[in-house]
Amino acid sequence: MNAPVNIDRRRVLAGGGALIVSFSLSGALAQQQGAPAAAPAPSLPGSLKTSPYLDAWVRIDANGSIEVFTGKAELGQGFKTAFQQIAAEELDVAFESLKVTTADTRLTANEGYTAGSNSMKDSGTAVQNAAAQARELLIAEAASRLGLPVDSLWTADGAVIAPDGKRLSYGELVRDDILHVQAQPTSKLKDPATFRVIGRSVPRVDIFAKVTGGAAYVQDMRLPGMVHARVVRPPSYGAQLIECDTAAVEKLPGVVKVVRDGNFLAVVADKEFQSIKAMNALAAAAKWQETARLPKQDDLLAVLTSLPAQTSTIFERGKSEATGRKTLEATYTRPYQAHGSIGPSCAVAQLIDGAMTVWTHTQGVFPDRQGIAEMLRMPPASVRLIHVEGSGCYGHNGADDAAADASLIARALPGRPVRVQWMREQEHAWEPFGPAMVTKLKASLDSKGKIADWHFDVWSNTHSMRPGGAGSMLAAQHMAQPFAVPAPRPLPLPEGGGDRNAIPIYAFPNAQVVHHFIPAMPLRISAMRALGAYHNVFSIESFLDELAVLADTDPVEFRLKHLEDQRGRAVIEKAALNFGWKSGQKAPQDRGFGFAFARYKNLAAYCAIASEVEVNRETGRPRLVRAVAAVDSGQVVNPDGLINQIEGAIVQSMSWTLYESVTFDDTRITSIDWQTYPILRFDAVPESIEVHIIDRPGQPFLGSGETGQGPAAASIANAIANATGKRLRNLPLTRKRIKEAIDA
Amino acid sequence: MMTLKVNGREHQVDADPDTPLLYVLREDIKLNAAKFGCGLGQCGACTVIVDGKAVLSCVTPMVLLDGKQVTTLEGLGTASQPAPIQRAFMEEQAAQCGYCIAGIMMRAQALLQRNSRPTDEQIRSELEPHLCRCGTHMRILRAVHRAARLMDTADASSTANGRAR
Repeated sequence: MNAPVNIDRRRVLAGGGALIVSFSLSGALAQQQGAPAAAPAPSLPGSLKTSPYLDAWVRIDANGSIEVFTGKAELGQGFKTAFQQIAAEELDVAFESLKVTTADTRLTANEGYTAGSNSMKDSGTAVQNAAAQARELLIAEAASRLGLPVDSLWTADGAVIAPDGKRLSYGELVRDDILHVQAQPTSKLKDPATFRVIGRSVPRVDIFAKVTGGAAYVQDMRLPGMVHARVVRPPSYGAQLIECDTAAVEKLPGVVKVVRDGNFLAVVADKEFQSIKAMNALAAAAKWQETARLPKQDDLLAVLTSLPAQTSTIFERGKSEATGRKTLEATYTRPYQAHGSIGPSCAVAQLIDGAMTVWTHTQGVFPDRQGIAEMLRMPPASVRLIHVEGSGCYGHNGADDAAADASLIARALPGRPVRVQWMREQEHAWEPFGPAMVTKLKASLDSKGKIADWHFDVWSNTHSMRPGGAGSMLAAQHMAQPFAVPAPRPLPLPEGGGDRNAIPIYAFPNAQVVHHFIPAMPLRISAMRALGAYHNVFSIESFLDELAVLADTDPVEFRLKHLEDQRGRAVIEKAALNFGWKSGQKAPQDRGFGFAFARYKNLAAYCAIASEVEVNRETGRPRLVRAVAAVDSGQVVNPDGLINQIEGAIVQSMSWTLYESVTFDDTRITSIDWQTYPILRFDAVPESIEVHIIDRPGQPFLGSGETGQGPAAASIANAIANATGKRLRNLPLTRKRIKEAIDA
Repeated sequence: MMTLKVNGREHQVDADPDTPLLYVLREDIKLNAAKFGCGLGQCGACTVIVDGKAVLSCVTPMVLLDGKQVTTLEGLGTASQPAPIQRAFMEEQAAQCGYCIAGIMMRAQALLQRNSRPTDEQIRSELEPHLCRCGTHMRILRAVHRAARLMDTADASSTANGRAR
């Protein structure tokens, strides 16, 4: 496609039919080829930058029905409801009158991955502006039909209204391709003071089906003639299938087919439990050659800091050799941790007349389509991926792999819809884990008890091995003609990966931050909620408390002394106030208070969390008693939805922080279920969690889905240190480690 | 062929006796609510009620179920007439991804059927077999308390306000 052409709206309104059609075709072609739609106009808001046509976001039928499109995927975070609110607000229609369609390679814009707390910022902003501009175009159309000035018209309930009371419904006004125009850089957005739908806690649109047994997930799909498949995964990374007699398995009741392609082994049966029994028989028949190639789990610090690394200084301020009077050094570690979705990954695929359709809970239908097309050696245009909700993923779990599994098996059974669901052990052993990390910190205080210099070193793998190519997916790696795992790359700043939130938000006069990027990946890893920010914020905010003790200053006061960002200060003050935080406070016997703060990625939502933790000195068992959070995520669309996200972040991060680490021997992953990978259960749920929102009407949406992970971890760690007088620096902060620290 | 009574209706089911109830509910009877989570009885996503008791359907073989009454989330209420526990979970917006929710609701329902006024501690202890990965626990606990009040109100319409918790 040629350089971007801004279609003159008046010409459109005057009727530029032929022109429009040609653009329409090129747009469709660009979408089919999987490329982000052409013509990036750099100043367009949100994802309009890559998909600039209004009708990629909002379509209105002649009967007045309105459909909003987003390339992002609903993962249980509730944005589908928020987008419906945004569109209803800017279009001036009732919330209920809209339908939101999410990620589908045939229908929606290519917005890459639903990740990084970017959905509201990218897609929400695009929907808001597209809806506002669509409304403007409808008003302009009405003005020209009525021969009235645009300024004399207004909108309400899906119609343009004239001063004499005459109403022209949106359905009547829509004609030709009136919305098939490129967006303008600025929109006449509504004044936040007049919002009717944005800012309200509208009940989520997806919850009703989930609490009444409606079909809500890809796991619930039942297509006519559908068969059930199970994969037999190798027992360990790199294992080779040396022998497998499939004859007996093929004779088992209901078995339709055994699929073998190199080290990829699967069985298909008419009924689901038949496929599981056949999978067990097939696993027993398979002989694998394994290699001991995993590092020592108990010595991740040495393992990670001794692997070859690409070292780069990512931040430098003042003099790195400067030093204050009192100096402190500390090392923090994080183990490999699992996404641990409650529902194992699942997908349904069907090959009809050379076209593959895959229903999947992937976070990225477009990049995943690229990988699947490459694996199947099919043109991307012949592969369609449709997002259907799955169990919560919290990052890159087995979703994309299950989609690849289903498509590879479906290719062997043309016409038949094939449903694959992983077993619990497969999800635990084969999902790409959140990477282990090491941070080393050093800082000193000046004579006034302020931080004079700050050094931060972080060792980490990449935090994204997501598909784009076939080599990221297990099925493609295991085929007889395998696709190589792509070379890992560090994710670029300012968002970063292992170095996400490694740069301090505080105004230290001298500071240096060094990223040691480790290309070798002994364990399969990828993106997990908050990426490196979880451990980096845990480290920074734990170390700040250690320094505050050294400076004999209250931790909240110590943070405020070093923070110039006014919105950051506001959330700290709000959390402290609502917690009842007081300088010089003393927690009750065996209890401790902790505080932590971060702005996610240093550019998304702000979050401060105060917590109270109880520690049983006999057993070492920690318990989060209560947490109080304050969050600023810009303009709030759905307050209850935001609160739900932050509550969940605190509880999930607490589970990571207190209990969780992936275990392995020299060959196999050994944490393969909920017994061997224990997570939070109801006995350890806090007594209360409060979330206080600082709304910023009219300010940009700031993503908030991941902002709580780091502050929650550090807040709890600081409370444990406050309760026990002992500082724990190795995650998870288990009962055993706390007990050992108390007894030391 | 065996007879299974689910949500008040009899079904003739042709499944091997070792087939876990979960697969019969999902595949033969085409119900969505009970979910496969682990197949090991460790997470609670598959929980249904059998003869009044919460049961992990992923590890309960059909051979044990002849003549028993099975209730799933679908059997508690309808879209137009949701059961108190369904109303409570909606009113508290007690879900994120929601995959674990149906199982949790069924165990809570079984609890409330035998103890209409459980303490917070009793609810937490009862829900011990269940995992929620999104961290929706606070809302789930609030929703169970709310369901208890709603059921109370439904049972004895004179006490309109239910109980304080």
